[in-house]
Amino acid sequence: MVKITSHIETKIIAAKAMVIGCSAGGFNLLYDLIVQLPENFPLSVVVVIHRSKKYESTIEKVLTLKGSIPVKIAGDKQMLKPGTVYFAPPDYHLLLEPDYSFTLDFSEPLFFCRPSIDVTFQSISDVMDNKVIGVLLSGANEDGAAGIKYIGENGGLTVVQDPNEAEVGTMPMAAIKLSHVDLILKNDEIFNLFNEIHRIKTITTNLNEP
Amino acid sequence: MTASAECITFDQLEDIIYLVDHVHGFNFYDYSRASLKRRVTRVMNLKRLDLFELKNLLVNDEQFFEYFLKEITVNVTEMFRDPGFYKSLRENVLPYLASFQHIKIWNAGCSTGEEVYSYAILLKEQGLYERSLLYGTDINSDVLEHARNGVYDLRKMKLYTENYRESGAERSLVNYYTAQYDAACIHNELKSKTLFSIHNLVSDGVFNEFQLISCRNVLIYFTVNLQQKVMQLFYDSLQPLGFLCLGSKERLRNESVAERFKLIDKKFNIYQKIG
Repeated sequence: MVKITSHIETKIIAAKAMVIGCSAGGFNLLYDLIVQLPENFPLSVVVVIHRSKKYESTIEKVLTLKGSIPVKIAGDKQMLKPGTVYFAPPDYHLLLEPDYSFTLDFSEPLFFCRPSIDVTFQSISDVMDNKVIGVLLSGANEDGAAGIKYIGENGGLTVVQDPNEAEVGTMPMAAIKLSHVDLILKNDEIFNLFNEIHRIKTITTNLNEP
Repeated sequence: MTASAECITFDQLEDIIYLVDHVHGFNFYDYSRASLKRRVTRVMNLKRLDLFELKNLLVNDEQFFEYFLKEITVNVTEMFRDPGFYKSLRENVLPYLASFQHIKIWNAGCSTGEEVYSYAILLKEQGLYERSLLYGTDINSDVLEHARNGVYDLRKMKLYTENYRESGAERSLVNYYTAQYDAACIHNELKSKTLFSIHNLVSDGVFNEFQLISCRNVLIYFTVNLQQKVMQLFYDSLQPLGFLCLGSKERLRNESVAERFKLIDKKFNIYQKIG
């Protein structure tokens, strides 16, 4: 069981969006996490995964089919809504505008990655007044560490998969080394946390309309 | 990237947009804020400037402004980017273009020119190059100079060659450039029908009539409002039955314009003006 201190509960209550970064070795866990999200999940969820632009990816379609929550590829100037999961499209950075619409961006890759986890984490944290939950899973490079640091230093909740449980621990380890993160969680604790977020947000939803 | 580095707020960004308009006459009001904020922050961190120093340089240093203009617009491009797009051009558009007496192509937001030369190669291979003219336009004079020179990093040619092959090419890309040390120089022949000049999609109007307009991954940096305005400009600049090519993630947002286009390729966003 994950221990939700009052400090963490406060951050969950404030949160308007969840951002998830994931790369090599993290796809299975990500898939399971999204499939079990309830239809009325109270947050917008934005996911950045590293994947090749060369192969047509069907992860969004499969997840929509198998899960309860709508899963989409974020489109340019599309509005971000709660209760929906958005994936960054391959080969573009994903940014959020002050009016909560997405902007795609074809600027230079970071850590050889486009989309970059750091870019999206920072952009969404900025627009949401840092009221975000950042989750970083398995991966083979250091993308995401600066994004987690940014969210943490600005008051958002930071969650990193336990590098010992990650199939490739480089990415979560880089984040833990770069800054103090709120929660370092084993896989079953991440599921647990998502359930807690749902429970806490549902209770407080009337006080905290998005 | 980190919180300790320079980072501006959206309000401070508005100040900079205002300053750039009033001092230099460049209008960025209809640019997407998220992208602009990131680019401005990037310049501040590259040059180690705080907000005060940045504003000071923007007002007092003309040379700095040229640099600033180049850095805040995204100038990333490739030869034969999205090979499937070029394949679709070969199959669905070039046979049709061949029926025009003159073929004028406008690459709006051409940056350093890689896409213009990709079009030149396609036209050459179809035997259409001699009756074609290719215009590349951008708001930044530095990137246009680069485009005119047609000299690219040799290391990038590996990717471009791969793209070119996947686009259904029958020859090799090496036929079109000469490698010198670490540079790839585009052959003069491909430059003879190309013209690069300044054009600002925000403020400039129709300057010619074209058979094909290509503007890929430029509109994403604009607000919906400006995207709609630019669509009208493209419509007005196209000959009847001319073609419009957008980036694969972009949309023809102006409804009154959209209904006067026929969709040629859904995946790669190719349209033909029919009304």
